[in-house]
Amino acid sequence: MTPRDILKAAAESNVKPDLTALLETIPYAKYLGIRVDRKGTEITTILPFARHLIGNPVLPALHGGVVGGFLETTAIMQVIFEAGATEMPRPVDINIDYLRSGRPVDTFARAIITKQGRRVINVHAQAWQEEHDRPIATLRGHMLMPEA
Amino acid sequence: MDNETRSLLHKPGFVLKGVPHAEGIGLTLVDIGEGTALLKVPYADHLVGDPETRVVHGGVVTSLLDNACGVAVSSRTKQFGNIATLDLRIDYMRPATPDLDIFAWTECYRATKSIAFVRGVAFHTDKSDPIASCTAAFMLGTTDARKAKTP
Repeated sequence: MTPRDILKAAAESNVKPDLTALLETIPYAKYLGIRVDRKGTEITTILPFARHLIGNPVLPALHGGVVGGFLETTAIMQVIFEAGATEMPRPVDINIDYLRSGRPVDTFARAIITKQGRRVINVHAQAWQEEHDRPIATLRGHMLMPEA
Repeated sequence: MDNETRSLLHKPGFVLKGVPHAEGIGLTLVDIGEGTALLKVPYADHLVGDPETRVVHGGVVTSLLDNACGVAVSSRTKQFGNIATLDLRIDYMRPATPDLDIFAWTECYRATKSIAFVRGVAFHTDKSDPIASCTAAFMLGTTDARKAKTP
């Protein structure tokens, strides 16, 4: 199965794509250990803590690139879920703000689409750990929807 | 690169050796100057973002650029464990080519007492034909690290 197979099958039967199955097909998402939790239309991604995610062994803290890649994946999942994509959206640009150091615990994230244009989608994602109201990082980005 | 920087960079537990995620994606330091850094991530199957095209995941480019920016800041400011990324902007110009290693060249072009500014590009063979470009700001002398700093 490829991401495209999953997206096309969902579009053909007019249902939301299975994001867990989709993540399973993406090697780097699997390597990071990203999981997804869907409650109705609300999508939360989960990055369980693992040693290979550490970027600062002294603190210790999660690698900034890991947090960024996690937020980017969260944004892509939200776009796929809401926009009914049949192809994987492509990031055009991303802006990550690092607010707190990522502690060696589980991390969660959610994304919202702030504007859906015909070809470009503006998306905002936020990651937190123990407290939802104390985000560790936020991402703002644009995704390009490939023409079907 | 001067001897002071060189010896600092080879302190155990610093930069790439002993950084679990850097080791996990195979990140290596290729070259370092006064405020510049060149890092490489070799192509590997577990870094793929799209199994059909075999293109590397954007998150790998993010890790590479973030780490390369940090090394550039360290090489200029001589601060190592106690710097933190404030923000990072990445523009994706084109998908990476499967099977090719990705390099990141970064430059810390300005550092004040508390903030360092960095820019960089990710590319395969030619800096002027980038996969992605980035700009970042780093905080220097972060409190958390100072507290946790080992003697």
